[in-house]
Amino acid sequence: MGKYNEEETILEVKDLNVKFDNNYVLKNVSFYVKKGEILVIMGPNGSGKTTLLKAILGTIPYEGEIILRAKNIAFLPSQDILKINNLIPLTVNEFFNLKTKSMKIILNMLKDVGLKKNILERQISKLSTGEFQRMIIAWSMINHPTLLLFDEPTSGIDIGGKETIYSLLHRFWKRFNMTILLITHDLSIVYEHATKVLCLNNRVCCYGEPKKAITPKTLAKLYGEKIKFYKHNH
Amino acid sequence: MIKMEIIFALLIAFFVGGAAGYLGTLMLVKRMSLAVDPLGHLALPGIALAMLLGFDISIGAFLAIIIGVFIIWLLQLRTKLPTEALTAIIFVFGVAMAFLFISEEDIIPVLLGDVSKINFFSAFTVVSLSSAIILVTKKIYPKMVLIGISEDIAKSEKIDVKLYELFYLVCVAIIVSLGVRVVGGLMAAALVAIPASASRNLARKLSHYSFFGFLIGALSFFLGVYFSFLLGIQPGIVIILINIIIFAFSVIFKR
Repeated sequence: MGKYNEEETILEVKDLNVKFDNNYVLKNVSFYVKKGEILVIMGPNGSGKTTLLKAILGTIPYEGEIILRAKNIAFLPSQDILKINNLIPLTVNEFFNLKTKSMKIILNMLKDVGLKKNILERQISKLSTGEFQRMIIAWSMINHPTLLLFDEPTSGIDIGGKETIYSLLHRFWKRFNMTILLITHDLSIVYEHATKVLCLNNRVCCYGEPKKAITPKTLAKLYGEKIKFYKHNH
Repeated sequence: MIKMEIIFALLIAFFVGGAAGYLGTLMLVKRMSLAVDPLGHLALPGIALAMLLGFDISIGAFLAIIIGVFIIWLLQLRTKLPTEALTAIIFVFGVAMAFLFISEEDIIPVLLGDVSKINFFSAFTVVSLSSAIILVTKKIYPKMVLIGISEDIAKSEKIDVKLYELFYLVCVAIIVSLGVRVVGGLMAAALVAIPASASRNLARKLSHYSFFGFLIGALSFFLGVYFSFLLGIQPGIVIILINIIIFAFSVIFKR
């Protein structure tokens, strides 16, 4: 897992507690992330994964300490953004214009994620899930974020699409020397891309390098006894 | 010759309607358009008091809205009851107080609007404030859209969500205060909800959506006031009917 070093650490979470209506959604959560790491956050529904990202962003009240040393943070929420967008007729171009007016930057970013120019005049709510995910990655990369928080990017995408989204993320991770916090249910992604994993079930169930941290015991603790364990050896 | 009062009234209608319609497109983004109706009702006791004491009714309305919102906020802190329930309580209180203070002959203009006695000073103030609201709305529009899409994204983009929402609420309080004079305290939702909804049916991109909101608001108010003079009906009634006609067309020609 490597030693703690303040200068190399981009995010520190100490004794984080989050309560909704007197129930702990997160209890005594502590971990840190070093620059350039990909931390995958796993856990069943309702385990506090999204709440953790929101606490890091500062959009919900919490107890404990969160120290962020990232200049630019990008947050990509899960698909609920699509539903809200349906309320207003926002085109891809207008969505990008909320961030930059430079057509050159926009076109370069779209090209980078494999989207064509003609997508610019389409409404965001009419994009397919795959197109939307590529578009929102391009959008979030405009400011060259040092820390990317990504909430369940794969939900609803088929395997082919999923591979592309992850290889895409991986490419940007290398290019911008980013640190990524990623929520996913997919165990294979953990082995393939994560430098560290954090298993959450309202408390930290496991934390560390994936091969060491994920054991049949931690998975059973996380998802119940029935889950089958298959360890990747890449 | 056309009376100056009518020209002033038409000017006020165009600017207040346009500003409210434009601002209203943001309310739909925030799913807040229904909040305007209680705001209009909150204005009622302020209007009543202004008429009683002889100062400008928009100032009375604005003060009453601010005080009403503040009381709702205080009650919410103390009771944790939902905003809708508290707003309902304050709203009926406002209506009761208004009826207590307003004489019978003044009730109809207060509830359904009145633009028959607009002087130069009122017209100048309303047009200036409405123009300022349009400019402020244009300034905060991109950030508010982002906040509407996702507060978390907005926060990650270093947008001060609370500050923008405060700006926005102040704009709404001002435009409702200006608008209740024209449309009346009873149907203030027409100020923002209908133009934005009709615009949503017609527009395919954000720039069209916000512009149509302005246009529908400005036109419906302008025509509403014009026909109210022509037919001798309260402007609030005609404005609502024109808005409903435009909305019906937008449903038929929905894109």
